[in-house]
Amino acid sequence: MSDVDERVEAIFRAEFGRVVASLARRFGDLDVAEDAAGEALVVALERWPVDGIPPNPGGWLTTTAGNRAIDRIRRESRRDDKHRAAEMIHDPDPHEPTGPVEDDRLRLVFTCCHPALAPEARVALTLRLLGGLTVAEIAAAFLVPETTMAQRITRAKRKVAGAHIPYRVPAAADLPARLATVLAVVYLVFNEGYLPSSEASSGDADVRRDLTAEAVRLARVLHELLPDEPEATGLLALLLLTDARRDARFAGGELVPLQEQDRAGWDRSQIAEGHALVRECLARAVDTGVGPGRYQLLAAVNAVHTDAADARDTDWSQIAALYQQLVVVDPSPVVRLNRAVALAEVDGPAVALAEVDRLGDTAMAGYHAWHATRADLLRRLGRTAESRAAYDAAVEAATNPAEQAWLRRRRDQLAAQ
Amino acid sequence: MPEYMLSVNHVDGEPIPRSDEMERMFADVGAFNDKVREAGAWVFAGGLMPRETATTVDNTGDAPVLNDGPFAETKEWLGGFWIIDVADLDEALRWAEQGSRACGAPVEVRPFQAE
Repeated sequence: MSDVDERVEAIFRAEFGRVVASLARRFGDLDVAEDAAGEALVVALERWPVDGIPPNPGGWLTTTAGNRAIDRIRRESRRDDKHRAAEMIHDPDPHEPTGPVEDDRLRLVFTCCHPALAPEARVALTLRLLGGLTVAEIAAAFLVPETTMAQRITRAKRKVAGAHIPYRVPAAADLPARLATVLAVVYLVFNEGYLPSSEASSGDADVRRDLTAEAVRLARVLHELLPDEPEATGLLALLLLTDARRDARFAGGELVPLQEQDRAGWDRSQIAEGHALVRECLARAVDTGVGPGRYQLLAAVNAVHTDAADARDTDWSQIAALYQQLVVVDPSPVVRLNRAVALAEVDGPAVALAEVDRLGDTAMAGYHAWHATRADLLRRLGRTAESRAAYDAAVEAATNPAEQAWLRRRRDQLAAQ
Repeated sequence: MPEYMLSVNHVDGEPIPRSDEMERMFADVGAFNDKVREAGAWVFAGGLMPRETATTVDNTGDAPVLNDGPFAETKEWLGGFWIIDVADLDEALRWAEQGSRACGAPVEVRPFQAE
């Protein structure tokens, strides 16, 4: 691929969501918008290497895609409905070809993440239409055959059109609940990239950078578009503070836990940005008197971790207090497990183990982190045989090979003790 | 504007509500119907007699064939429905939430085909 082709691809990836969103508003049809955006790329790949990249590539793509969409509607209108095409061509609210309308992307993300769509359809539609990932890329990321993913996306678009799922930002009263659905989609995309299961992580790619980078980009867009929504700020901060540690998280094909990571390998600019966002959340919570939600609390936990120059300097009592707040917001077993990890540092492993064991009859019995946490606490309490059994169960339940390698090493170190 | 059917299914073997529960449900559904009418979303609504009263007519062959009973033997069968005329799915879902609360059962929302 030539340099220009690569630059065209990069521009296209960055602009795709804007182009689709603008066309979706203008033509009221996701298929038309998606196809026209794809056709505009083909034209750009032909023209730009010859004519040079235009000064406003995003505006150029939107205009070109818009013309393609009108051509298509004209063609189809000869077959069926002339009036419909006439209505669409006379856009009562013409788009701005030189500057993308930010609200369009916001409308589109709420359409893609509508609660009437199945969660896996929301993720697929968001990555396709806003992220500009190809169907093949999304299929590979979620380990399903390409035809399955294509059907899932087609079905979702058909439901959006057939059931008249609106293309707009929800009313203020519905916004928090609807935004939570959107943020959950972005967080899921990030986590799928950050700790991929075995089949998806090919030897050299411990982290699926395509997915984590896309999630950070989407979180940034949401934060830009909804600067006054604290949870959108919180999610961006959380993703930045987590992503900042990605390079230090793996060494020689093995997962390196937070406490053992080389902190010089952390991305300082991401950490600085994440800390600034967490401070912004804290200030707003004080101003408004509204307690922080789940993403802000998780971001704050990660801010405490990344604030410590050395793992031994970690302010565990503050982390335990943040998880205590999080349990109130979200009393799920996973949150209680994480609180127990912090409790172990504050009140000792025996207290933590009691809490971890209380979670044993929930769905946690099949969750590798539950077994790994138990194994570590049992090790610290000198209950070696039980610890070994717990590590075995953790290896069994884990799906990421680097994590399995780390768990096996910890287990084998027990034998030497 | 698009029209949607909000349908309520009966499930075989579900206990029949007590008469006081039934009365409260009728009152709640009546109040809900009034709200739909006042909002201008009302097209039509109705409750159906039990499916034992159904007759299936098949006139796809040489002569009509009548069968006593519903078309398909299923565990769930249509008990009643509303047809509403609203701006989009979000509005339809809000009515469905209120309708479900009023009739004490899940409500399925389906768009009609465009004319």
